[in-house]
Amino acid sequence: MTGTVLSTRNLTKQYGSGSARFDALKGVSIDIAEGESVAIVGKSGSGKSTLMHILALLDTPSSGEVTVDGTDAAKLRGARLNTLRNRTFGFVFQQFFLTPNTSVLDNVMLPLKIARIGGRERKRLALEALETLELSDKARSKATDLSGGQKQRVVIARALVNNPRIIFADEPTGNLDTATGAVVEDLLFELNAKQGITLVIVTHDEELAARASRRIYLRDGRVVDAADVHAPAGTAVGA
Amino acid sequence: MKAIDILTTAIGNSFRSRLRTTLTVIAIFIGAFTLTITNGLGTGINQYIDTQLASIGAADIVTVTKPVAATTTTTGPKPYTANGPTEVSGGGAPGSTVLALTDSDITAIGKVAGVTAVEPQVAIRTDYIEYGTNGKFQLSAVGEGAGVRIQLAAGSQFTSGTTSLEIILPTSYIDTLGFSSNKDAVGKTVTIGITNAAGEQTTLDATLVGVQDATLFGANPSFNPALSTALYDAQKVGQPATATSTYSSATAHIDPNATKSQVADVKAALVDAGYAGTTVADRIGTFQTVIDGIILVLNAFAIIALLAAGFGIINTLLMSVQERTREIGLMKAMGMSGGRIFALFSTEAVFIGFLGSAIGAGIAMLVGGVISRVLARGLLKDLAGLQILSFTPSSIATVLLLVMGIAFVAAVLPASRAARQSPIDSLRYE
Ligand SMILES: Nc1ncnc2c1ncn2[C@@H]1O[C@H](COP(=O)(O)OP(=O)(O)OP(=O)(O)O)[C@@H](O)[C@H]1O
Ligand SMILES: [Mg+2]
Repeated sequence: MTGTVLSTRNLTKQYGSGSARFDALKGVSIDIAEGESVAIVGKSGSGKSTLMHILALLDTPSSGEVTVDGTDAAKLRGARLNTLRNRTFGFVFQQFFLTPNTSVLDNVMLPLKIARIGGRERKRLALEALETLELSDKARSKATDLSGGQKQRVVIARALVNNPRIIFADEPTGNLDTATGAVVEDLLFELNAKQGITLVIVTHDEELAARASRRIYLRDGRVVDAADVHAPAGTAVGA
Repeated sequence: MKAIDILTTAIGNSFRSRLRTTLTVIAIFIGAFTLTITNGLGTGINQYIDTQLASIGAADIVTVTKPVAATTTTTGPKPYTANGPTEVSGGGAPGSTVLALTDSDITAIGKVAGVTAVEPQVAIRTDYIEYGTNGKFQLSAVGEGAGVRIQLAAGSQFTSGTTSLEIILPTSYIDTLGFSSNKDAVGKTVTIGITNAAGEQTTLDATLVGVQDATLFGANPSFNPALSTALYDAQKVGQPATATSTYSSATAHIDPNATKSQVADVKAALVDAGYAGTTVADRIGTFQTVIDGIILVLNAFAIIALLAAGFGIINTLLMSVQERTREIGLMKAMGMSGGRIFALFSTEAVFIGFLGSAIGAGIAMLVGGVISRVLARGLLKDLAGLQILSFTPSSIATVLLLVMGIAFVAAVLPASRAARQSPIDSLRYE
């Protein structure tokens, strides 16, 4: 449980070009070990989501490298990349991204459907995941008819249904009230503690970050010490 | 995703925006409906012509005429010469003038390579036909060579090679002559009156073997060869021995198994000998070409409607892709390949195409069946056996496949746009 699953070296990411060019990441080097729970903390616009998307191989860096299980991510393409995304990663995005007009069960089964798991097995695994999140009774409801907290739990069920090794969560409690947020936090850390799933949480919430085993602070696209995060920014901070 | 999951998901997706799908389906429905109807019309008419083909003449018969040289037809009548050829109208193409055939012509035609037998088309002018004592009615009939199949409402074809005198009458004669039904008429003996060259009227008895359905080309009483000969002989009685017989045309028989090119060879040989030969296929052929042309134009309209519907599909799918940008991003983030995203959207289009064309073809078949039946009882009552709209499984399958093909082509642009989307751009999309 101590190997490095994810590491980055001198990651940079630019958006746009010419005068509209914006450097969202300016040389980020981090290592994440198997079974860790890491919080990526920073103000809005500091590049947290950008970093997470690159770590999760959803986006490619402008320069620098990402290594997954010792493999250079730049070399992962096509079917191998898709399998990795499908089997190794689980996502909880900043928004819920539930498919409207389909049932909770269908939403949770989506990763399994993509993984070509048979209908019966798919249903069993999805119901199991919903059970873990105490949502069994909502399986047949329309995803859009749920409350915010319930939706976030559905999203987590979807993230863990195919038993991933790493769960990426972008502001998992951002849309929730404190009480519901706490429930969701408990769930995520429980998965980390009991199942050894590596957790990468993006947040600007210090309290949530404090529960993680390690924190990575970002400011203006750079990794900084905890103390520097709240220091007055030298450059304009993106919205 | 498995193929079956792609299919069910695509079907599910198409029902998610019901109004939009419905409107697109209606557009396709209109095109598919029209195409099915026009196709059905083509099939119906052509099938009918095929059945009629047998009734106007057998495949092994060539009608031979002697055309007037081209220069003489445009410069008015030729000067009369005592032993020169006589012009007769009819026998060839409508309106054209042909020269009468003499006995020496008949012999010459018989010697043309490929012609197995030849018989002159004799003009028989009968006076009347009568059944029992139910009154005398005018009769103008055509002699039919052996092997001609007539579409019958009752009875049977001429007995081949028989010496007994046989006649087939159209349905319109049955009532008039005093029979109670078509079936009742079969096997009865009728009397035919004919005036000979000396001006005396004689009669002949013939057996009514069959009753003919009305056809596209009208219906005429037909005599079997034995009856034709007997009547012709009766008509000739009293004719001066010196009189030469002339005929408007002759019927040449060829090998019934002759191939198209062999038939063409015989026709070419006839032309070389100074005659013109037309087969039944030639006569039907021109008719069918016209029908096919009309159907083609009608089909073109239907295809235009379908192309318009194709743009409807493109539009629907583009909106669908736009609407589901995030969903696409999510599926990609979860490891769904671009190829499968493409498959998902193109399947949706093909399904919409299937829905529209299946409903269109289905309703067209129902409506077509009703129209056919109504017309068969009303306007087209006299043309027994004409199913004006006829649907074959293969033409329905063609319509379905064509529409689904158009739908697939229409899906290429939106679906490949969806497939190319990067997961992160889609997820950031507002
Ligand atoms: N596609 C893009 N084009 C241009 N600029 C972008 C794009 N995506 C992100 N950015 C910019 O990159 C910077 C980092 O964005 P990112 O989403 O990583 O911020 P964040 O730290 O997640 O913020 P928040 O806490 O508000 O979610 C922002 O200034 C943003 O405006
Ligand atoms: Mg963010």
